[in-house]
Amino acid sequence: MHGYLAYCLKRIGQFLLVVFIGVNLAYVITHATPIDPVEQSVSAVTSFSSTAPDAIAQMRESLQELYGLKGSRWDQYVTFWRRILVGDFGPSLSAFPTPVSALIARALPWTAGLLITSTLITWALGNLLGGLAGYYRKNRSLKLMGVLAMGIHPVPYYIVALALLVAFGFIWPILPIGGGSAMNLPQGWNWAFVSSVIKHSILPSLSLILLGLGSWFLGMRSLVSNIVTEDYVVYAEVAGVDSRRILTSYVMRNALVPQVTGLAMSLGAIFNGAVITEKVFGYPGLGSLLIDAVYAGDYSLVLGVTTVSILGVSICVLVIDLLYPILDPRVQVA
Amino acid sequence: MLAILRDLLRYNIEFRIGLLLVGTVLGMAMLSFVSPYSPIDVYVAPPDVPPSEAYWFGTSSRGQDVFWQLTFALRNTLAFGFVVAILSRILSLLIGLVAGYKGGWVDRVLMSINDTFIIIPLFPILILFYFVLRDSMSWVLLAVIMACLGWAYDARLIRSVAMGLKTREFTQTSLFSGMTTREILTREHLPYVMPIVFSTTMNNMNWSIGLEVTLSVLGFTDINTPTIGGMIYWANQHTAIVAGIWWWIAFPVIFIVMAFVGLYLLAVSMNEYIDPRSRLARVGGGGS
Repeated sequence: MHGYLAYCLKRIGQFLLVVFIGVNLAYVITHATPIDPVEQSVSAVTSFSSTAPDAIAQMRESLQELYGLKGSRWDQYVTFWRRILVGDFGPSLSAFPTPVSALIARALPWTAGLLITSTLITWALGNLLGGLAGYYRKNRSLKLMGVLAMGIHPVPYYIVALALLVAFGFIWPILPIGGGSAMNLPQGWNWAFVSSVIKHSILPSLSLILLGLGSWFLGMRSLVSNIVTEDYVVYAEVAGVDSRRILTSYVMRNALVPQVTGLAMSLGAIFNGAVITEKVFGYPGLGSLLIDAVYAGDYSLVLGVTTVSILGVSICVLVIDLLYPILDPRVQVA
Repeated sequence: MLAILRDLLRYNIEFRIGLLLVGTVLGMAMLSFVSPYSPIDVYVAPPDVPPSEAYWFGTSSRGQDVFWQLTFALRNTLAFGFVVAILSRILSLLIGLVAGYKGGWVDRVLMSINDTFIIIPLFPILILFYFVLRDSMSWVLLAVIMACLGWAYDARLIRSVAMGLKTREFTQTSLFSGMTTREILTREHLPYVMPIVFSTTMNNMNWSIGLEVTLSVLGFTDINTPTIGGMIYWANQHTAIVAGIWWWIAFPVIFIVMAFVGLYLLAVSMNEYIDPRSRLARVGGGGS
């Protein structure tokens, strides 16, 4: 138990470091660059119409207040942290006066739902198929799958999403290609709405799954083909242990351990992919929110979504890390 | 060096395919030097002409010959990936070698920072950069930013090799013969990690090109420098798919996919070559 506690403390320390560095990065990017967001917003407003000088001065002042740009550098830094800790990112400029936190709260369930389901499916399926491919090396269809995985895996998310969009939106239009659910349905726990959500999520999650599958498949295949030659597996084979049992509890069980670490380490990259996939399919999650906020020039919303995504990803990594000892008992005694 | 190349060509089909794909893409990029058009000129050809003998890949709605535009785009995109890869290799070598050799608290601090950069989702950070810099976001600046964000994964890999090298006898010998840490790292350890550096270069190029394509498709880069993402961006701006001008999107996509798969296959085959077990399995005709 003592070992597990020390392990947990170390992981929580790493989590705090990630959040600290991430938030500081966001602070430095927004504060240490020569471009002043206040002046940008002011010029964006005044370029279309003539405004009285004292009205501009007033606007400048309230914008500075809004962006937390008042006072000394240190004051600004403290304000920045305080706002993040209480989850207050100010009102959104493009959807004034809705607070940024409300917009994020609305988008977060969509992203979380899409990401968690597609990541779990990808991880489970990729590892299962990869494990089989590593164990049954002569199987033709598993070999073909390896070739396909090598061909699709290195392609960026945008290209695959675009290909699916063209294929199912224009060539063979059977699936909805935009939005999170049908427009005319009220949100609620009824079958019509839920089925519409599922239908709309097929293409975005399919593109995430197609791309993610390859790396788990290839990783698991090479892990398993190394483990198969280990002495204990050979011994089990010679002793006549059932081959299905060798595969599940001798080979796969051991190969899964590094794959869980891999999952924690690639969550950030998976999130990157989800951002762009959401945008391509017009899915109403954090990614679409972020990109639309950039187009609308909405400073507080961009900063809010960035911070929340850093927090969200690092919390997920922490959860995986804390569950890790269940799979690998060595951590508990270390 | 030549012997390695010969072995790879003879025994490794992935390497052959990868070389072929990357070679084709590189050849295409080289053609940009003999292009009859300047890449930023528009309306130099009749717009919206489908692929024909005069215009092999058709022309765009902006009156550009897609073939020649593509040569410039590939050149810029590949050069971008290469610059990011070189810059981030320097960072990951420095951090990986020092962390592996020094060990102790230096290692722990460096690896905590390293893991942080692996965990943080970089895409929102890049978008934040663009949002703040706007028009000042240039090609070079983006390359430097990406290099500063993209070293972490490979630094960990290099560190794991460096940790093994530290316990080898020759490290002790050079230490006792009075070499400084810098000399040991650059003269003794660096040659051992070079193979990994080569194979991670390809993967890193894929990573940075992928992000660059994504950013420029959204219009979050300097859209006047022709890149693959930039071409798709302009095609989307002119709603090329809906208008049926498929060649404007299809050819950039085909070539960039060739580049990705080719670079990836090169990286995979080099990795396999570095690992003596899998190399023997292949050369000996065994394995699967």
